[in-house]
Amino acid sequence: MISLGKMAIYSLGLVLAILAASKAHDSLFAAHAVVFALACAIAIIVTAKRTGFGGNTAAATNSGEYMDSVVRAGTIATMFWGLAGFLVGVIIASQLAFPVLNLEWAFTNFGRLRPLHTSAVVFAFGGNALLTTSFYVVQRTTGARLAFGNLAWFVFWGYQLFIVLAATGYLMGVTQSKEYAEPEWYIDIWLTIVWVAYLLVFLGTLYKRKEPHIYVANWFYLSFIVTIAMLHLVNNLAMPVSFLGSKSYSAFAGVQDALTQWWYGHNAVGFFLTAGFLGMMYYFVPKQANRPIYSYRLSIIHFWSLIFLYIWAGPHHLHYTALPDWAQTLGMAFSIMLWMPSWGGMINGLMTLSGAWDKLRTDPIIRMMIISVAFYGMSTFEGPLMSIKAVNSLSHYTDWTIGHVHSGALGWVGMISFGALYYLTPKLWNRDRLYSLRLINWHFWLATLGIVVYASSMWVSGIMQGLMWREYDAQGFLVYSFAESVAAMHPFYIIRAVGGAMYLAGGLIMAWNMYQTIRGNIRDEAPMGGVTSSDASPAKA
Amino acid sequence: MIEKHEKIEKSATLLLILSFVVVTIGGLVEIAPLFYVQNTIEKVKGMRPYTPLELAGRNVYIREGCYLCHSQMIRPFRDEVERYGHYSLAAESMYDHPFQWGSKRTGPDLARVGNRYSDAWHVQHLVNPQAVVPESVMPRYAFLAKTEVRSDDASLHLKANVVVGVPYTKEMVKNASADMIAQATPDSDGAEAVVARYPKAQVRDFDGDPSKVTEMDALVAYLQMLGTLVDFKAYKAEDNLR
Repeated sequence: MISLGKMAIYSLGLVLAILAASKAHDSLFAAHAVVFALACAIAIIVTAKRTGFGGNTAAATNSGEYMDSVVRAGTIATMFWGLAGFLVGVIIASQLAFPVLNLEWAFTNFGRLRPLHTSAVVFAFGGNALLTTSFYVVQRTTGARLAFGNLAWFVFWGYQLFIVLAATGYLMGVTQSKEYAEPEWYIDIWLTIVWVAYLLVFLGTLYKRKEPHIYVANWFYLSFIVTIAMLHLVNNLAMPVSFLGSKSYSAFAGVQDALTQWWYGHNAVGFFLTAGFLGMMYYFVPKQANRPIYSYRLSIIHFWSLIFLYIWAGPHHLHYTALPDWAQTLGMAFSIMLWMPSWGGMINGLMTLSGAWDKLRTDPIIRMMIISVAFYGMSTFEGPLMSIKAVNSLSHYTDWTIGHVHSGALGWVGMISFGALYYLTPKLWNRDRLYSLRLINWHFWLATLGIVVYASSMWVSGIMQGLMWREYDAQGFLVYSFAESVAAMHPFYIIRAVGGAMYLAGGLIMAWNMYQTIRGNIRDEAPMGGVTSSDASPAKA
Repeated sequence: MIEKHEKIEKSATLLLILSFVVVTIGGLVEIAPLFYVQNTIEKVKGMRPYTPLELAGRNVYIREGCYLCHSQMIRPFRDEVERYGHYSLAAESMYDHPFQWGSKRTGPDLARVGNRYSDAWHVQHLVNPQAVVPESVMPRYAFLAKTEVRSDDASLHLKANVVVGVPYTKEMVKNASADMIAQATPDSDGAEAVVARYPKAQVRDFDGDPSKVTEMDALVAYLQMLGTLVDFKAYKAEDNLR
């Protein structure tokens, strides 16, 4: 019955998509309708096959067990999109060093690839890491299977379809130009449907829980899901030119649009890249360290103050613009206050290791998680600093901002995700341990050094750039033309690309390690830190 | 305090509602007033909606991601005002759905680039940036000169803008397609009507190719009008302290 209902929905989707493709207002919309039709067709074929083989639905057969199949798929998807996002990052970094790499082709120009990079790392890599770990954590901490049967699978595949629509859209030039919210109106509607399903699965599982308390990691995941829904809906309000066309006009204009966008943009950082990943920290760090969270009281303060304060910080993206001064100052004040809950959270994560610091020597996974929390502390110190108006007058519009974002994204978001994936992979595929711990060590150092090279080159060049723009000579004339400041960036753009390539190389090593682990291989290697490999094995914890 | 928190920890509904309430406050306090306070909704003399051709050029600007490297927001600092011109006013982006202030200057600010360079310079620069600025890291946009601009749906674009609050008149909407072509066809009958409907509109064959109206025409028309609408000799900053 269920599969018949599903088939009906997919078929309806297919028919509507084909109609939309034939009646489309522009070719870009038609192309996306075809992509959607293909997705529906694949769903129909898969459902038909499953039904044909005698109702082989996981939901019906093991309703008592955890639903880990979708977590396994999510683990692979996270790794895949991570590599894709890092690769595009290295490409566009190289384009800034050597513009000939734009290849004189609209599809490969920097302007179209840059949103592809940011969305691939934030929403494809980060988003899949969040989906995957939240599905795993909510089951383990509630003792309940994911709610609503296979709806979690719809969330997973629906989200991948969102990524494909967004990514192909960027290459073709479908964008509404709001940073980190570039997908056009119809892709936004699709994401809304997927997101509501995600909220249902997550909340439904919480309602089914067998533990009386809701574990702290789930508070963070839940507030991330709810807040992103709110931000997404408001910031993407728009009027399409045609309901069968790819172009729309934002509901807001000018200064109102700018603050709505940066209210969204900063909280894409605050809730997508911070709250959700803090949920990860609160589960995986204690698990891997085999210690309880340092302070329960601090967790409560951390949670409520972080989610309350973050929302206010958006205006610091608009210092000295046409936004009224009171709004700028409010944004700055709250950004500085935000330092406290951020470091409270960092302390809670780091101190979880008290009594087990020796594990840093023997367990490269713990090392990865701890450096991520350390980078979190560093970038949440740098952020409030840059939100001070006097500092911002220098740093804004420069590559310092890019460096700051990457110390947070590569250091915090990337490293905590790597740690979680390394923790999950042997568990999900029932392996004793990972293929190789030494390869994690390689990954750790390549990634860490890559970030240092990246961030420091952008600090130096960003501050240089800001200073060159405002440099006056003794006669009171501007010293540098803009073009001279561009020329001065060249060596730093090369260094930055090298740092990014190191980070990508670490990711490739990780993918190899995970592939071998999934296949069930164990590398014959000397143990780490002078202890036997079984001591260092995460399986022991 | 901690004991009371238990209540929240034991109810998913309570957790959901309370965390939602907590995250709405900041946005409401900061964003809602912007729709009412004087200096964000002030009208400044000279501002008018984009002509259909400028709007098409603006859409090319958005499509190609120009905003990723070029800001359109001059801050009130000595060096920026000397380099780029008078600092930007809120009113200057009042018809911008969405805004194009940008967040990064890999290239220079463009808020007042209009009328600073010739059309030919812009075309050459877009076709091969390094030919005019050797240090530039900008990609090439030669394909714009080969692509005809889409004009048949111009009135739909204006209509969508009307829905979100841009004061296009019925006459502007009705003549949108014709106006788009006429603005890049100087000797045509419609050229004068464009200027009548849109004061200060520049009517020229922007890309130097009279055989067709291209996306290059549209983009250059947009760039050439940026920051040119407000007459700063008549503008008094004291009236709009922010």
